[in-house]
Amino acid sequence: MNTKLRNGAAGQPLPLIDGIEKVTGRAVFTADLDGADCLTGRILRSPVSHGRIVRIDVSKARELDGVVAIVTGTDCALTYGVIPIAMNEYPMARDKVRYRGEPVAAVAAVDAATAERALELIELEIEELPASFTAAEARKVEAGQLHEGKPGNLEREVHHEFGNVADGFAKAALVHQESFDCAEINHAQLEPHAALAEYDPERHRLTMHTVSQVPFYVHLMLARCLEMESSQIRVVKPFVGGGFGARTETLNFEIIVALLARAAGGKVMMRLTREECFLTHRGRPNTKVTMKIGLDRAGRITAVECEAVMAGGAYAGYGLVTILYAGALLHGIYQLPSVKFDGYRVYTNTPPCGAMRGHGTVDVRHAFECILDRMAREMGLDPFEVRRANLLEAPMYTANGLMVNSYGLAECLDKVQTASDWHDRRGRLASGQESRQGSRRGLGMACSHYVSGAAKPVHWTGEPHAVVSMKLDFDGSVTVLTGASDIGQGSSTIVAIAAAEILSIDIGRVRVVTNDSVITPKDNGSYSSRVTFMVGNAAIEAAKALREKLVNAAAIKLEVAVEDIECEGESFFVKGANAASQSVLSFQDVAIAALALEGTITVKGTFTTPVKAQGGKHRGGAVGSTMGFSYAAQVVEVEVDVDTGQVRVEKVWAALDCGFAINPLAVEGQIEGSVWMGMGQGLSEETHYVDGLPAHASFLDYRFPTIAESPDIDVQIVESIDPLGPFGAKEAGEGALSGFPPALVNAVADAVGLDANFLPLTPDRVQAALIKLRKAARRKEAAS
Amino acid sequence: MKRIISLKVNGSPVEDAVSDNMLLIDYLRDSKGLTGAKKGCDGGECGACIVLVDGRPRPSCITLVATCDGTEIETIEGQAQNGRLTPLQRAFHENLGAQCGFCTPGMIMTATSLLRDNPTPDDEQIKEALANNLCRCTGYVKIIKSVRRAAEMTQEMTKVTS
Repeated sequence: MNTKLRNGAAGQPLPLIDGIEKVTGRAVFTADLDGADCLTGRILRSPVSHGRIVRIDVSKARELDGVVAIVTGTDCALTYGVIPIAMNEYPMARDKVRYRGEPVAAVAAVDAATAERALELIELEIEELPASFTAAEARKVEAGQLHEGKPGNLEREVHHEFGNVADGFAKAALVHQESFDCAEINHAQLEPHAALAEYDPERHRLTMHTVSQVPFYVHLMLARCLEMESSQIRVVKPFVGGGFGARTETLNFEIIVALLARAAGGKVMMRLTREECFLTHRGRPNTKVTMKIGLDRAGRITAVECEAVMAGGAYAGYGLVTILYAGALLHGIYQLPSVKFDGYRVYTNTPPCGAMRGHGTVDVRHAFECILDRMAREMGLDPFEVRRANLLEAPMYTANGLMVNSYGLAECLDKVQTASDWHDRRGRLASGQESRQGSRRGLGMACSHYVSGAAKPVHWTGEPHAVVSMKLDFDGSVTVLTGASDIGQGSSTIVAIAAAEILSIDIGRVRVVTNDSVITPKDNGSYSSRVTFMVGNAAIEAAKALREKLVNAAAIKLEVAVEDIECEGESFFVKGANAASQSVLSFQDVAIAALALEGTITVKGTFTTPVKAQGGKHRGGAVGSTMGFSYAAQVVEVEVDVDTGQVRVEKVWAALDCGFAINPLAVEGQIEGSVWMGMGQGLSEETHYVDGLPAHASFLDYRFPTIAESPDIDVQIVESIDPLGPFGAKEAGEGALSGFPPALVNAVADAVGLDANFLPLTPDRVQAALIKLRKAARRKEAAS
Repeated sequence: MKRIISLKVNGSPVEDAVSDNMLLIDYLRDSKGLTGAKKGCDGGECGACIVLVDGRPRPSCITLVATCDGTEIETIEGQAQNGRLTPLQRAFHENLGAQCGFCTPGMIMTATSLLRDNPTPDDEQIKEALANNLCRCTGYVKIIKSVRRAAEMTQEMTKVTS
């Protein structure tokens, strides 16, 4: 679908079409909605990590003046969840609580102070049960079981083998195995969760404004848990302050606030605190990865064996998809003749994990790229050369059935190698000339990739994967209607560009209306980097349908055949005619002519993923399948203080193959943001539980980089022109993330000779590892 | 307890009876309908609520409005004049200094104060000034660029008018 570009709207850097609202303070986020006539909702949360609810008595709270509604687990006996076969979570706990902070009751009152006093008056008696906070504890035979029928607290295990791994390792000249421990992290999107629910008891209708990335899922879960006709529900998404996966799943507070609004027969606003956002969680799980790679003499990979154990938290959530992604996306970036994957997703008494940017792939990619680097070193190969020895040739299918249609990794490697002056600087940096006193500099690199939308959505309905509606009316304006959630990534702007490009009109003529279930077509939402690819293609198709009507009207007006109409900018004229003699129709003329034929014009475009992209036939084979992968390479320069263990990132060079940059400004922004988020995971981000109590639940304790410690990021865009992508585009917002942590660790190895097998590289950990390394070196020296 | 305070909000004088324990952010958002300042954290950690109090950046979520008696408050809503963007707003818009836009009001207000004090900051000075403003989308690269560009735009405008 590499449509020839007509007027150049696509491919030009363009500020976001909703950017003015953001810089003037006019952008209305959910918490900014008028709360004057709203009740305030507050949630009572479990004070223990695991226990049986013996008694909840709300009678005293109910008597408090100003309390309008109270709901508990007894008010909703239906589970919710993102995976239809794994919904095992109640909006508020019934019978059992499984993590500290799990909702058990909620209050709607006239103001926040009253709601909070009411929570204190609720009597809650819980009989504590033994709790497990790590996957290792939870897997022990004697560990308390979180869910019935899940011995060893094993939520899901995955065992896949493609090719013959034993043969592969037998052929290898070098086999290397290591284990990595990657800490749990949180999205920490800057906007705290909030939702406004309004229930009209006369018409039995519910209107919900919420921070969701996938309002469609919220709609489904509200209908399910409130046992309402979905036609009586309306879900609206205002401006959203980031998501990064946190808001893909429907979240407990969204259902709770709706239950409160119905119980109150009115309007309830719920704004969660930052601490509550950390309790709601859905972040990247702590993952322990053990990986073995075999290389032949030329540095070609012969076999990969990987075991990943994830501590997934108390409920299923996205868990089975996360563990499947970890195995599936070992593939799709390098030529891998044989791969064995064993994955274990384990329940723990901690807040549930979920999808986070680079879903499932980041920690296994980390292990892979670190081991590959260490093997290259052992074989005397340059890190770039060992990657080049394993490149794919598109089009192809991977051993696990993933389609690779376009592949710009080689060019990404070339670009970052040149930009970072790798060959000259790497040697010079290692000798320490550029470093500060007591510090050593180093360079490291790594590659990564990510899907452009899952080829099979989790809610499989048989519908097209994306629908976009377009309206042309008497005023000559084009309105695009989409259910795709712009959460800051600029998806609405992409849709506007696609319309302007195909219609050959000024982008100022286009308005995009999004995310109101009574107005906009259903969309599967903003997750797995699907929007540009799927919604972009649907927008192109809709615009083509509209253009056809315009060309037809122009042909009638100019009394020529449709094929003879030429369109340039906003002008329509007869092809090949003498420019001076022919009459030229403006867009407005043609729009009026087209409307004269049928009135207001509405068209739609759809996108359906091709069956050939939908993955392998094996169980779980749909996960990882996509129409196109983005590819990225990056070089990271670090300085390590050998005494304090402080690691500073000095500079990053990143290149990403996004197929085609429909909006290069937004592509750059996405690459910078994802590289930087990878840096947070690499350097400082981690959750920390003390007896199940999150000790990280603020921005002082959950440390992501401030502007002061953030480096310059040199970004280069590679365009491989994907055959199925909109104008050849693929995703740009996730692919570069997972390359950062391994490039960082590889750079630290280059700087100080430390092969770190943990994330994040906090000063205390690095310092301890450096001391251990020095002791080992001394022992070795003494022994020889 | 309530007390009467008089202050200026975005240039307009106002007099209000406020509770002693009312936070400036709640006053601005709930009483004045100025929702540009955001609550991103549970107190003083993220900078999304920063407004200018007598020209200095102040986290409004840990400032009691009662202590603002007699001061001049500037918020993001008061920046654009007759709907036209300030150089900082324009630079943030054109250079993608805002992605989701949630940190942007605080970011722009802090940068406004910086550029008044130092019209030609270098990158290190920009970083120092904005170190209390967290952003989760941009990696800060385009935020620095936006502030730098705004400084240049202001310089160019000054040259034209002088």
